[in-house]
Amino acid sequence: MSEDPKTTYEPRIIAFLCKWCSSAGSDLAGVSRIQYPANATPITVPCSGSVSPQYILTAFRKGADGVLVSGCHLGDCHYLEGNYLARRKLFLVKELLEFIGLEPERFRMSWVSAAEGAKFAQVITDFVADLRPLGPQDKLQGQRP
Amino acid sequence: MSGKRIGVFVCHCGNNIAGTVDVAQVASVMAAEDGVVCTSDHAYMCSDPGQNAVIAAIKENALDGVVVSCCSPNLHERTFRENAKAAGLNAFDCEIANIREQCAWVHRDPGEATEKAIRISRVAVRRLGRNRALDAIAIGVTRRVLVVGAGIAGIQASLDLAAAGLEVVLVERQATIGGRMMGLSETFPTLDCSQCVLSPRMVEVARHPRITLMVSSEVEKVSGYVGNFQVRIRRQAAYVDPDLCKLCDDCAQVCPVVAPNEYELGLSARRAIFMPYPQAIPATYTLDAASCLGLNPVVCGKCRDVCEAGAIAYDRKPETVVEQVGAVVVATGFDLYGQQQLGEYGLGAIEDVLDGLQFERLCSASGPTKGKILRPSDHRAPKDVVFIQCVGSRDPARHCAWCSKICCMYTAKHAKLFKHQVPDGRAYVFYIDIRSGGKGYEEFVQGVMEEDEVMYLRGRVSRVYQDGDKVRVFGTDTLSGQNVEIAADLVVLALAMQPSAGTAAIAKTLKISRDKDGFLAEAHPKLRPVESVTAGVFLAGTAQGPKDIPETVAQASAAAAKAIGLLSQPQLSHAPTVAAVRSRLCTGCRMCVDTCPYDAIRLVNGKAVVTDVLCEGCGSCVTSCLRAAIQVKNSTPLQMKEMIEAVLRV
Ligand SMILES: Cc1cc2nc3c(=O)[nH]c(=O)nc-3n(C[C@H](O)[C@H](O)[C@H](O)COP(=O)(O)OP(=O)(O)OC[C@H]3O[C@@H](n4cnc5c(N)ncnc54)[C@H](O)[C@@H]3O)c2cc1C
Ligand code: SF4
Ligand code: SF4
Repeated sequence: MSEDPKTTYEPRIIAFLCKWCSSAGSDLAGVSRIQYPANATPITVPCSGSVSPQYILTAFRKGADGVLVSGCHLGDCHYLEGNYLARRKLFLVKELLEFIGLEPERFRMSWVSAAEGAKFAQVITDFVADLRPLGPQDKLQGQRP
Repeated sequence: MSGKRIGVFVCHCGNNIAGTVDVAQVASVMAAEDGVVCTSDHAYMCSDPGQNAVIAAIKENALDGVVVSCCSPNLHERTFRENAKAAGLNAFDCEIANIREQCAWVHRDPGEATEKAIRISRVAVRRLGRNRALDAIAIGVTRRVLVVGAGIAGIQASLDLAAAGLEVVLVERQATIGGRMMGLSETFPTLDCSQCVLSPRMVEVARHPRITLMVSSEVEKVSGYVGNFQVRIRRQAAYVDPDLCKLCDDCAQVCPVVAPNEYELGLSARRAIFMPYPQAIPATYTLDAASCLGLNPVVCGKCRDVCEAGAIAYDRKPETVVEQVGAVVVATGFDLYGQQQLGEYGLGAIEDVLDGLQFERLCSASGPTKGKILRPSDHRAPKDVVFIQCVGSRDPARHCAWCSKICCMYTAKHAKLFKHQVPDGRAYVFYIDIRSGGKGYEEFVQGVMEEDEVMYLRGRVSRVYQDGDKVRVFGTDTLSGQNVEIAADLVVLALAMQPSAGTAAIAKTLKISRDKDGFLAEAHPKLRPVESVTAGVFLAGTAQGPKDIPETVAQASAAAAKAIGLLSQPQLSHAPTVAAVRSRLCTGCRMCVDTCPYDAIRLVNGKAVVTDVLCEGCGSCVTSCLRAAIQVKNSTPLQMKEMIEAVLRV
């Protein structure tokens, strides 16, 4: 192999997008035709606060190279405070990942509003760029909970 | 996996999707997906033939559900769910895979885009596989409306609602209704007298059989949901019984207390028992407990002794009432921008520097000077008056970033009213630029400049200070490039309009959001300007943003119309995707109860129970439950797991 896998590896990402803000933000990126890498597959959830740490671990066990949770900006949550909840809880996930030896950079949270199509595209672009050098995630893949 | 017979329909969207995604390839890969029994692709799924194809396929293939891979669910989820229903299925037997906004439009490489479209479609198939049939939850409607704030916005909204046959509870913080408009003298651009237009409306409110007016009251707590709110209102003790008060003024004559009159903005004094304005509604004297000597006959008791009508009692208590309403209109108005931050203009420190509302009182026939413009320090008629616009407005670095919109107009009005009274006086206006959009507004300002010979100086004022009996104003006229110094008798500041303190309070109580400047946030800046994001809560007047009276009234009528529309439905429906508890697993630990932002969960016999109509389906409770005993319908952990697998399957 002549190519450096660190720059060509295509990470597989699961993006949990809240229905009210980030999913609408991704729609706006589409309407504005802002291009970004195709590595992230969106799964819409009611609120970032509904994303259980379990889902994130499941994604890694099934071989995801990166997991993104994106919700409304703090203070703008459609459900009042769901995203604060998400932030607190998911912060613990980051620590947990670190504890079990997975690069914490593989998990990311972002706050993208319905008006931020460009930001959504940027979040995905950056995440893909940061994951590439990490290569495939094999630490948790295939592990039982 | 789920045993359902599923059909997948892939849309070309003309070239919008098919230009990047290999639509036929998506359809053929999906045909091999577990549970999928038929697939097809179509140029425009949302067209009539496209929709008919979906309905026909459901019937022909005895499908249990369909996935439509097309544009964002925000556009056509409803369309295709209606199709599913038309073919005898449940709305949740249809799911949308968004392969346009989230795929075809944002990726160039056809191979990558097609792969991703397949993954997105698989996710939708797996979600559909575990969806349960759910029907919208019907909720009853209470045909009553709470209106908070009784300025012109709240008054207009209440009258419109009542005219439509709805019952209204109108809650006002102060002792009289009318709000800021009550304190204005004449109004631009027609110079009609503010109280002459407002007073009849106020009387109508007081007399209307369907309007319950509660002054000196505040909303303490709101619970419930659209169509069915419970509102707790606290009314301050009414020491003077409005039904008995004869407005004779005997009480005020004997009261020994002198306090600044807040309704006259400190320009005159009042007693502890007084009438806010001669036209106050309800028409009654009011006793201010804070300045009264103690509500104790041993200490004073003069007013009670002198009142022949027996209207006064010192032992009355605050009251709390609970009202049921179906909708809420918030009309809590504005305040002028915090004066303490504006030291450079001398406001509060120099007696003859006033704000715009105080100047209105000086011009008002019912004001402290009976409409004579006299300066506060020595009660002389001023000859040189300086008006300064944009004080606090349009100054993002230090004060408010926004334009308060009405100050150009009322400053022109003030200068005109002054010149009419003191024809040989000189009026100067410092301005940044003149914003006079509105019917007849530009002509009004032009008239003030030309016919009334008011001097307009373009520039900011740098300093204002007391010099003997004059107020010296330093500024620059940026048009001539000259420094200007004026020895004024009176200075009037057009302070920025900011959301009232009561607006911040009610936003918290109602849990509705405010914008970056603190005004109430509308659900959509263009298409839903009088709705908050909370269903059933509507916005009116200056609490939502700076505006003049005509705009305030228009918005109030619009808010009323929205509430009328809402409450004229026989039933409201609530999304059925609510949380449900598996009691067998629940240990009654209360984690979910404490997490739920909507107070939708209670413990009944030691087990969590969700009140469906309160639950918004946010899923916060799901992640709080250590026993996995609570789930949101059609967003279950099992569905999540299968969707994750669908993405990562190779
Ligand atoms: C100096 C000046 C001159 C003006 N001149 C003109 C003019 O000539 N022509 C024109 O068209 N417009 C004029 N305006 C603008 C006009 O005053 C406003 O557009 C209008 O008064 C706004 O009415 P509102 O009902 O939105 O607010 P407000 O009049 O502020 O009414 C709000 C009401 O809500 C009450 N409230 C607040 N919080 C609560 C709470 N939590 N619970 C219960 N009650 C609450 C308040 O006590 C108040 O009674 C002028 C404004 C100023 C400052
Ligand atoms: S968190 Fe779970 S176990 Fe605890 S009360 Fe709620 S449903 Fe029951
Ligand atoms: S889904 Fe949200 S609103 Fe419904 S019960 Fe759970 S926490 Fe409360």
